[in-house]
Amino acid sequence: MSTNNKKAWLYLLPALLFLIFFMVYPLIDVIIYSVEEGYNFASQTYFGVGTYNFSYVLHDPYCLQAVKNTFILVIITAPVSSGLALLISVGLSSIRPLRELYQTIYFLPYVTNTLAVGLVFMILFQRTEYTDGMVNLLINWFGGESVDFIDGPYWAKMFVLCFYTVWVVMPFKILVLTSALASVNQDYYKAARVDGTPRLRVFTKITLPMISPMLFYLVITGFIGAFKAYSDAVALFGTDLNAAGMNTIVGYVYDMLYGDSGGYPSYASAAAVILFVIVLTITCVNLLVSRKKVRY
Amino acid sequence: MEVDYEKIEKAAKRRSGVLRGLTYAGLSVWALIVLFPFYWMILTSVKSYASYNAEYVPSFFTLHPTLENYENAFTAVPLGGYLMNTVIFALLTTLLMVVVSVLAAYAFARLEFKGKNLVFTLFLSLMMIPSELVVITNFVTITNLDLRNTFTGLILPSVTSVFYIYLLKENFEQVPDELYRAAKVDGTSDLKYLWKVMVPICRPTIVTVTILKIIECWNSYVWPRLITDDPAYYLVSNGIQEIRENGFGRENIPAMMAAVVVISVPLIILFLVFRRKIMEGVARGGMKG
Repeated sequence: MSTNNKKAWLYLLPALLFLIFFMVYPLIDVIIYSVEEGYNFASQTYFGVGTYNFSYVLHDPYCLQAVKNTFILVIITAPVSSGLALLISVGLSSIRPLRELYQTIYFLPYVTNTLAVGLVFMILFQRTEYTDGMVNLLINWFGGESVDFIDGPYWAKMFVLCFYTVWVVMPFKILVLTSALASVNQDYYKAARVDGTPRLRVFTKITLPMISPMLFYLVITGFIGAFKAYSDAVALFGTDLNAAGMNTIVGYVYDMLYGDSGGYPSYASAAAVILFVIVLTITCVNLLVSRKKVRY
Repeated sequence: MEVDYEKIEKAAKRRSGVLRGLTYAGLSVWALIVLFPFYWMILTSVKSYASYNAEYVPSFFTLHPTLENYENAFTAVPLGGYLMNTVIFALLTTLLMVVVSVLAAYAFARLEFKGKNLVFTLFLSLMMIPSELVVITNFVTITNLDLRNTFTGLILPSVTSVFYIYLLKENFEQVPDELYRAAKVDGTSDLKYLWKVMVPICRPTIVTVTILKIIECWNSYVWPRLITDDPAYYLVSNGIQEIRENGFGRENIPAMMAAVVVISVPLIILFLVFRRKIMEGVARGGMKG
């Protein structure tokens, strides 16, 4: 038994080493960083322990801008992408010919480099002195005025960011929902057909309740994913997100840590801890709500 | 009476035909939105610099495709180097991750040891921790170890993946116990059993995990950006960002698009080859990022 014991730990050892060194230790360390006031990266010294870092971060206009951007992004993209994915998945499972082709196409954004394709979105939406860009061409066709979506008004920049985020997260949601729809017991539908139940009623009374756990899961992961948004924004607006006014919380953390405005691991840690608390709260609230509402 | 019934049936058929048409139309609209950026990047990448800049109103096709942008992408900026770095990074990270995860999953699935349940629960709870939280200390650690701008520094923190250990463990547990006992009677060592029996049986899952990890590595941006400031060690993600900010000059968009195409094509090919495996793996809980 004891040799078996030793052997088992030996098999676990590499994974444990990696996890302890790069996950458990950093987790504890980041909390310590966040309460050390006036930490100096070069001399590795600090003045005292307290909540100054948190209050600094919460009073920093860049941080508040980042929090505002992130919340708008979350509130728009999580419901929109889940709803749209539901619509598309229901459509997908009601057809037979060409279904595989559609599924393959819809999954493409998942396997593309966010930074690279974001550049394409930038070009589609950007208005420069050489061209109004592709999207503005469309707007003009419908009689609208050209808008600069990349360097223009706030709502326009937010629109592009939301649009791109939805575009990027859709493959995952469509895939999860189509497999959830496929696993609904077909007997229910047969029974409904025998009874002559109208389509809409079948959808609201059978389909929706059956896949509601999956739908809730998607909304939660959508919330969390959008809270961690960063590379989408970089792809569209460049690395200096503060200047563009389009920073996100995660972006703020990294900017504090590194780059032209970096070198403040304490502030970065405080912001990261705040982000973690927000995400954790939302997860818990969602879990509580879903336990009450999700019923078969 | 009979005529009426036929009429009703026809009307119902017509209505479902209309609904079907609408469904296809809606699905095609989304397919178009997904595909259009890909079309646009390929189209732009084959327009010449002069002709692209001459179009105030962008045109939807070109009659004079050129490959000069691709030449530019490999000569004017070190795109080849970025690609090479990414391949090395993705392969080494994935290889290490698979070895480490297979060993750990085997311990959880097949071996008995004290505190196994506790350790496994702790493992699972690590899945809740966002990487954004630990990246700060990892950055400090790697900097202090003087591992910035090295492959070691890039790879080591990217190896751990609790989710893949979990996925492999679930799969290992489905292999019947009898095989293990038979092997023990024959005096086969655990390592040999793992290598000769478990791994071949569970190959589909291992392949899925490998591909998902390669995709993740290919697209990773945050860690490489933090840990490398020497362009010789850039991966494609921060490479493309560098190209955008200081590469061809902001105006040479066709050349930029050529670089984007070059970066995107390997993964799209990988996806088309392993389509079923990737989609099945992601449906089982893989998350982007």
